[in-house]
Amino acid sequence: MLKKPLLYSEEAFIIGAEHLFGGVLMAIEKSYAEINAKIKAGKAVVVTAEELISMVDEKGVEKTTEEVDVVTTGTFAPMCSSGVFLNLGHTTPKMKMHQVWLNNVPAYGGIAAVDAYLGATALPDNDPLNNNYPGEFKYGGGHVIEDLVARKPVRFRATGYGTDCYPRREIETNITLDEINEAILFNPRNAYQSYNCGVNLTSRTVYTYLGMLKPNLGNAHYSTSGQLSPLLKDPNFNTIGVGTRIFLGGGTGYVVWNGTQHFPEFLQIDSDGEQKGPAGGTLSVLGDLKQMKPEWLIGTSYLGYGATLSVGIGIPIPMLNEEVCRNAAVKDKDLYAPVIDYGEAYPNAKPGYMKLVSFAELKSGKIIVNGKEVPTAPLSSYPKAKKIAAQLKDWVAEGEFTLGEPSQLLPSADAGLKGKPLKG
Amino acid sequence: MSPKRIVLRFDATIADQPIIYRLVSDFGLVVNIIKANVNPQKEGTMVMEITGENNKQGLEYLRGQGVQVHTLTENIIRNEEQCTSCGACTAICPSGALYLTRPSMEVHFDSDQCVVCHLCTKICPVRAMEAHF
Ligand code: SF4
Ligand code: SF4
Repeated sequence: MLKKPLLYSEEAFIIGAEHLFGGVLMAIEKSYAEINAKIKAGKAVVVTAEELISMVDEKGVEKTTEEVDVVTTGTFAPMCSSGVFLNLGHTTPKMKMHQVWLNNVPAYGGIAAVDAYLGATALPDNDPLNNNYPGEFKYGGGHVIEDLVARKPVRFRATGYGTDCYPRREIETNITLDEINEAILFNPRNAYQSYNCGVNLTSRTVYTYLGMLKPNLGNAHYSTSGQLSPLLKDPNFNTIGVGTRIFLGGGTGYVVWNGTQHFPEFLQIDSDGEQKGPAGGTLSVLGDLKQMKPEWLIGTSYLGYGATLSVGIGIPIPMLNEEVCRNAAVKDKDLYAPVIDYGEAYPNAKPGYMKLVSFAELKSGKIIVNGKEVPTAPLSSYPKAKKIAAQLKDWVAEGEFTLGEPSQLLPSADAGLKGKPLKG
Repeated sequence: MSPKRIVLRFDATIADQPIIYRLVSDFGLVVNIIKANVNPQKEGTMVMEITGENNKQGLEYLRGQGVQVHTLTENIIRNEEQCTSCGACTAICPSGALYLTRPSMEVHFDSDQCVVCHLCTKICPVRAMEAHF
């Protein structure tokens, strides 16, 4: 029989991992399997990230890590890199769909015969765009996705060039989400870890994806749920990875890869080198659109910018150890967003930011930029983020939603991933 | 003659001009200010009732000064079902009719404060703000 060192005797584990033994503090370690067993037995202790903050304040990290099994997070915001793969089913006679439209919004048909990908920012061919500046972008791909999920009939049109095996050349009909074979929401970049706070230093109003920014620092817009936001609560990607099961659009989804432009880093203030929280991480997520709810996938229009989709995402974080707990309990006052001028600096790709502001400052309703008091407003709905975290908490607590153990974690800031500019 | 309800919007350069005084003294109008939101160095809004024979000329004068003048025949309402409480309208609404409460960050709409400027009907990303005649 293998002789174990005394320090790690079975007794020590029986006494309880948190016990002091031989002068060494045994760290708390929980496995996915243990937590899932508790979830299935309806015994898991689940709290939202907001609740965790108060618990840690009250009881400390160690005790909270011991007591809590899962922490839930949430975010609800416009996420442009979103869309849905559709399989429309075969017609009689068969058809290879070359060009495809849903409610007049073009989808990408450059995949197999009756498959298409509808992007959230796609616009109808006859949209006036920004010709009548600022354009309204009333209806786009995100709105089609919302209509599909709301079970509204959608006008489907396709043309083909005709082949021997797929002779039909056109179709125009109504479809509903339940009538087509599959609809898989696949969003290549969602849930940005932290996001820019946009201001405008120029003397004219600018219309951006961060909303309408008034001239001369008239307002400041940000778009993150701060202390409830999934990737701000797992800054080092200790738990989120390929296969993490999530709340997606009101149904169940998965993290399938890192998002595009996944360049995680820690924000720093140059002078003192102090770390100011994580930023730059993103997720690729996927889920069955047929399970989703219109409340959590909403077609969205930004004046002068375009159409998109607002997506609700919630991620459960397993309390594996104290580090995970400590990270998940970080508060708005310790999480930061860079302030960037969208009038001049951003469009001209000037690097850097004006300053860092905490989410506590942003949520207070005003920040100071260049010595001026600037009113702030969010674009991401905190009430909805809260509702998502609460819904996910109920699912896990009731044993309906178990944790997906990642088969591979996502690269963290240590990987040093950086964006490359496009030359030309 | 029944009073006419109007809403004025003006930018910071006009905020310190005695425009209301001129309406009274030069055009003989009776002016009843219902609400006003005027800060130096900021755009201002004002809702008022005016009565008097020269009201057309009075309004022309205001427009000549660069004031945007609209008659209040419309109502702005919020479609509560549609609103996501995102907050995008709260730093845009010039009158404070759309505002956030903290810490819940719920967005509220106080139609009594609304000056019917129509900004929210254009910028609300989910078109929850609607104009009704
Ligand atoms: S912008 Fe629209 S959806 Fe957002 S809070 Fe205002 S009214 Fe509601
Ligand atoms: S129309 Fe909208 S933006 Fe203008 S005052 Fe009324 S609520 Fe505010």
